Amino acid sequence: MDVLLQQVLNGLILGSLYAMVALGYTMVYGILELINFAHGEIVMLGAMVAVTVLAVLAALGVPVPLALLSALAAAVAVCVSTGVLVERVAYRPLRNAPRLAPLITAIGVSIVLQNLAMIVWGRQYLSFPPVLDIQIYEVAGATVTNVQILIVAVAAVTMGGLLVLVRRTRLGRAMRATAQNREVAGLMGVDVNRVIAATFAVGSALAAVAGLLIAAYYGIAHYNMGFILGLKAFSAAVLGGIGNIPGALLGGLLLGVIESLGAGYIGDLTGGFLGSHYQDIFAFFILILVLVFRPSGLLGERVPDRA
Amino acid sequence: MRSKLLIAAMLASATLSVGAVETIKVGVVAPLTGPQAHLGKDIENGARLAVDAINATNPSLGGKPVQFSLQAEDDQADPKTATVVAQKLVDEGAKGVVGHLNSGASIPASRIYSDNGIPQVSPASTAVAYTHQGFKTTFRLMANDSQQGKALGQYAVKLGKRVAVVDDRTAYGQGLIDEVVKAVKAAGGEVVGREYTTDKSTDFTAIMTSIKAKKPDVVVFGGMDPQAAPMIRQMRTLGMKTHFMGGDGMQSAEFLKLAGNSAEGAIGSSPGLPLEKMPGGADFTKRFGEKFGKVQIYAPFSHDAAVVLIQAMLRAGSAEPAQYLPELGKTQVDGVIGPIAFDDKGDLKDGPVTLYQVKDGKWQAVETIGGPPAK
Repeated sequence: MDVLLQQVLNGLILGSLYAMVALGYTMVYGILELINFAHGEIVMLGAMVAVTVLAVLAALGVPVPLALLSALAAAVAVCVSTGVLVERVAYRPLRNAPRLAPLITAIGVSIVLQNLAMIVWGRQYLSFPPVLDIQIYEVAGATVTNVQILIVAVAAVTMGGLLVLVRRTRLGRAMRATAQNREVAGLMGVDVNRVIAATFAVGSALAAVAGLLIAAYYGIAHYNMGFILGLKAFSAAVLGGIGNIPGALLGGLLLGVIESLGAGYIGDLTGGFLGSHYQDIFAFFILILVLVFRPSGLLGERVPDRA
Repeated sequence: MRSKLLIAAMLASATLSVGAVETIKVGVVAPLTGPQAHLGKDIENGARLAVDAINATNPSLGGKPVQFSLQAEDDQADPKTATVVAQKLVDEGAKGVVGHLNSGASIPASRIYSDNGIPQVSPASTAVAYTHQGFKTTFRLMANDSQQGKALGQYAVKLGKRVAVVDDRTAYGQGLIDEVVKAVKAAGGEVVGREYTTDKSTDFTAIMTSIKAKKPDVVVFGGMDPQAAPMIRQMRTLGMKTHFMGGDGMQSAEFLKLAGNSAEGAIGSSPGLPLEKMPGGADFTKRFGEKFGKVQIYAPFSHDAAVVLIQAMLRAGSAEPAQYLPELGKTQVDGVIGPIAFDDKGDLKDGPVTLYQVKDGKWQAVETIGGPPAK
């Protein structure tokens, strides 16, 4: 078995999940310069709703592809409405407030959503219904499963779709204009409020997809799962250059691979001095390095007045 | 011999004194309300069965006939309430205590019993710390987590010499795995990899990949079911057909639910014998069933805890804790759960640990390790 190849594959799958979540951070930051710390919780909501709907449909004997699509639709609906509602209620009133105020509000929203989920679904773990028949394939000494291939494919399609949306459509142009200068875009006839709401909606829809994929991959969902995930995805966004969409993709994939290689080899490299439970520090270690040496991220432009 | 003495004593007491019969109070504490109430009631009923049976033999202490009365208290599985009811029992003159259920309740309460010299026999608490606080009054009838780690390690080596271990860095997981590692080495096995995770992780692909590269025969995990379930799933996803084992933290119904089909073949340990394998199991099930219904888990243990306490009093000829405590330490009883003797810490000597394996989506007992040598 090729360990290195397997670790890189593990990392790419983990990384494509991070990338999808990182996109939500980076899009909102690009437009509002707000770090939406509640985004991880939106992913969690997506996972919880998808698992719940899927469990009900699977119990009713609905065919698997239909059940999966309905679960996805339900997750997207709940996430998008929550995302847009949060923007409307928590962020819009603070749009012209000092930057610290919306940031702290975002943390507050995150705590509220987490506790709501705890009230609705309880403290126990939800299990992803066993509707997917896992097939294992051997590729050059490493193993991949159909679920993993599905994750990468779905991630690639949705992220490609996002790029097309931002670069080729009218809404995308409005988003880019708003990101460059909100006031001027407004003067040019762009409905800034609508564009910002649309940004939250798109980011939340991605979060819903990510939530479903994560629940399918790990087999469990929990009200607390969004917290660490959100922080990691945020690190990925910063690594790639926050506000930069290809940067979030690159950052997510890189972070996944670094984490996977790090956790896989740290024990052997340090002779057991540092163990694999340090897996989580790699993301934050890289976050610190990037902030110190290249605050604008790998693909970000240097914008001194925004740093 | 002992029974002859007992009969003699009974005859003596019956003939000599027809006057007032002294009543000796024994406490039993467990969560009698809340989500664990069914387990708490199990403990209370087990102890009651024992006390009633002993009272029926007209016991006597130092020549005087006595009756034992059971005072049940509810600790709500809460450490703070546990200390309150412990103090209450002490104040109301309990001479010994059967309880508590949870280690988290037994440990804080044990200080109060110890300060007042009242012997405590827990039927259920397994945390190593409970008997390792330096108190002379703490005893238990279940294998502790370190005996469990030993059993897991020995069984792992039977499955294969190359063992990889993972722990979640909690006191429980780390303690368990440290014991597993010792036992594996002692049994001639080799620990080929030791990896760590946290009690909040869900992604184990990286550590499982590096474990896979070391080609272990068995992977042993010290932690709880929310980690164990995705871990075994990811192992199977990586094409590892290695045996997967863990402690009572994963020997749960929750594990079966979360791991789904991947759970098949997993091995989990739990302290004690399964009821049907206990030496007095069949008889106990019958007697308990006539009075209280179905045994949950702990009734045989609390029954024996009460028996052990009261027999120590009878042997010492006194219900005064200071008098009978030394006798309690010297206990040699064939209880419902098997032969009972304590080591110098108050832990059950050779406490048995039963291993269960998932077959057809259910935990099924496969083997009991440790336990006293067969007679």
